[in-house]
Amino acid sequence: MSHRILSKRQLGEDVFWAEVEAPLVASARKPGQFIILCIDSSCSERIPLTIAGANRDRGTIELIWQRVGKTTAQLADLKEGDEIGNIAGPLGTPTHIERFGTVVCVGGGIGNAPLLPIAIALKQAGNRVVSILGARDKSRLILEDSFAKVSDELIVCTDDGSYARKALVTEPLKEVCQRDPSPAHAFIIGPALMMKFCCEVTRQFAVPTDVSLNTIMVDGTGMCGGCRVEVGGKAKFVCVDGPEFDGHKVNFDLMIRRLNAYKTLEQQAYERYKQHRCKIGLHE
Amino acid sequence: MANTVRLAGIRIVTTEERKRLLKDLLEKKKSGGLKTKDRLAIPPQPMPEQDPAARRGNVHEVARGYTPEQARLEAMRCLQCKNTPCIEGCPVRIRIRDFVGAIAEGNYAEALRIIKENSLLPAVCGRVCPQEVQCQEKCTVGLSLKDVSKAVSIGRLERFVADRASEVCGEGILPLRDEGAPPSQPSAARRQDAGETQGRDGLATGTVPEVAPPTGMKVAIIGSGPGGIVAAADTRRAGHEVTVFEAFHKPGGVMVYGIPEFRLPKAIVQKEIETLTKMGVRIVTNFIVGRTRTIEQLMKEDGYDAVYIGVGAGLPSFMDIEGESLVGVYSANEYLTRANLMKAYEFGAGADTPIARSRRVAVVGGGNVAMDSARTAVRLGAEKVYLIYRRTEQEMPARVEEVHHAKQEGVEFHLLQSPKRIIGDDKGLVTAVECLRYELGEPDASGRRRPVAIPGSEFQIEVDTVIIAIGNLANPLIRQTTPGLEFNKWGNIVVDENCRTSMEGVYAGGDIVLGAATVILAMGQGRIAAAAINDYLAKKNEGRSR
Repeated sequence: MSHRILSKRQLGEDVFWAEVEAPLVASARKPGQFIILCIDSSCSERIPLTIAGANRDRGTIELIWQRVGKTTAQLADLKEGDEIGNIAGPLGTPTHIERFGTVVCVGGGIGNAPLLPIAIALKQAGNRVVSILGARDKSRLILEDSFAKVSDELIVCTDDGSYARKALVTEPLKEVCQRDPSPAHAFIIGPALMMKFCCEVTRQFAVPTDVSLNTIMVDGTGMCGGCRVEVGGKAKFVCVDGPEFDGHKVNFDLMIRRLNAYKTLEQQAYERYKQHRCKIGLHE
Repeated sequence: MANTVRLAGIRIVTTEERKRLLKDLLEKKKSGGLKTKDRLAIPPQPMPEQDPAARRGNVHEVARGYTPEQARLEAMRCLQCKNTPCIEGCPVRIRIRDFVGAIAEGNYAEALRIIKENSLLPAVCGRVCPQEVQCQEKCTVGLSLKDVSKAVSIGRLERFVADRASEVCGEGILPLRDEGAPPSQPSAARRQDAGETQGRDGLATGTVPEVAPPTGMKVAIIGSGPGGIVAAADTRRAGHEVTVFEAFHKPGGVMVYGIPEFRLPKAIVQKEIETLTKMGVRIVTNFIVGRTRTIEQLMKEDGYDAVYIGVGAGLPSFMDIEGESLVGVYSANEYLTRANLMKAYEFGAGADTPIARSRRVAVVGGGNVAMDSARTAVRLGAEKVYLIYRRTEQEMPARVEEVHHAKQEGVEFHLLQSPKRIIGDDKGLVTAVECLRYELGEPDASGRRRPVAIPGSEFQIEVDTVIIAIGNLANPLIRQTTPGLEFNKWGNIVVDENCRTSMEGVYAGGDIVLGAATVILAMGQGRIAAAAINDYLAKKNEGRSR
């Protein structure tokens, strides 16, 4: 089964969005779940990507990704009408959604994409949703409008102050946590370092916190264990035990190291792809 | 008897010598028959192999297969025992004596036909079955010579006929009957004239088995490993509409992601899959039963009348020791999947799969998967590969041939040792593994002597990569998503002798039922389950038409 790209656009610097045919995934998926994708039959890279949204009637899912390596660059080069060879999913345990009261949703960079369906589900479950979105700069901020629709309160900040408030997300998060009463639950998705520091904030205020981890994966079904992280001193598999975990128990330092395990090789593959696309005349 | 004397003790090395010996034996047979003594005097035929030094640098198959002369000489070593102890040792009860006899006669088509009565994947099983603890362990020749390694090489013979048949179909040049073979039975001759190599069990030969008229019944096979392939073929032959669901992007299961190319060429597996497709079996990849669709949805909404679950074990065990999350620690599943399925060995030359560029590797475990990992590490360029196992070589569950090949390729065995912790640097990279020495104590439940740690015996081995190959647990996905299906306390599916589960119409086999098993056992269960499914659906169909 191949997966046609119905529409595609660039959301920001190196950030892309696409609506892709995947009827089975569209009908089965729940917030918090992801897919594993490989573009062609050589399948030398299988990467996990969050399902940012789905349309059951159209049989499509929405993908949002950041161009960081070979596969994500290759994906960015595909056009509407092109096909993605392999999409497997939905994978992972869906987010536990309930009526907590007031919840704070913190998204950083590309993390806004997986956060959105969770925020929508939380809103539908009757929660008061406070959203905090952050990005390195204005060009990398995504999904602000979508979050504006679903949030009772929205705080936006950029690291460099090129848009909205100049701050790291930890600042407004701390302010929200200081309120009385403090939020009943926090959902934090973004770069590992950002999640680590956000968790330190919510820990101070004893706000229960879920984070969603995006580790290196191969099969996504529990078979390889490459995605394992240490949670509460125990090894857990992100693909089947997660991707969401109690943020206060995750060993982020170890996770960051494992994320970087293949950095050099990934860079080499990316460089090779860039040279290849120059040769075949693909340009920005 | 003069002949026997002349033959005994002669080392047969060249093809010419083999041909001469074969000719002598055939003549002797014609003039009065071969006696047990004559047969026992035939030297066991060694498997031609790639040179160990050369194969360290490539992924091509190590064992190259018998020549026809070797195969017939090896087959002539068989005493054709009346009580056929070899069959007792075979999990799927192949008529071994008869197929070996057919090879001795030079009638390879007949040999293959006999094998196919019970086994659908001889090219695979001839390569990966642990023959020395199955058929060959019971072989009278090995017992007479007081050395199991001198038993008739049944596995190599099985592989020989399977390979030969597939070459016939591929190129149409190799005869399936050899010189000096007696006239074929009429049916076999007719088949050959018609360009077919055998009957309806055509898998692995390129011929497509006959499929019965459509029954209107739908069967879902979950997992495309050895059990799934057999279950799919057998249910399809009965005329059912069969779909195989595979979670990976490529079908074949453990034969594709796990067992390396140098032990089982992927082209062989590919051929089996193609045969299924030609039979009209639909193969759906990237489909995770339990997530993409549940078993309940398949049966209630998608109209499947029966389901076979052959998903394998699929959850790697770790040792629960300090340092297992360091960068450079792999499960064997991950290491082998990256290397085999995703061709990490071609990084930069067509593949972009990253894998550790290891200098010094420790592999923990003593099974086939451990040997595969160690030998893969060798081929990926590691300077030193240590195999750490807490018992002795005698207790190793790996095939003897794999142990032998691993040693030949320079894998260093560290026996009676086991890791206590894995040590890393400030960047989280593995730098060493700390081991304890062990001694063997009293036998445990498995009958093997229990390894006991020697206190204070800690020592370190400098490594940058550690591969854990100590087995798998049952993947919980089906359990979590299939209420009503009964599991045992280890998470394996409970089945009866017909591979029937607690849910009507749902059957299961292979590792998800047996824990850790072999290709042949999975295949055997696939066949049992398929027969049960065919019965079940036949009854269901009767009920419908009434």
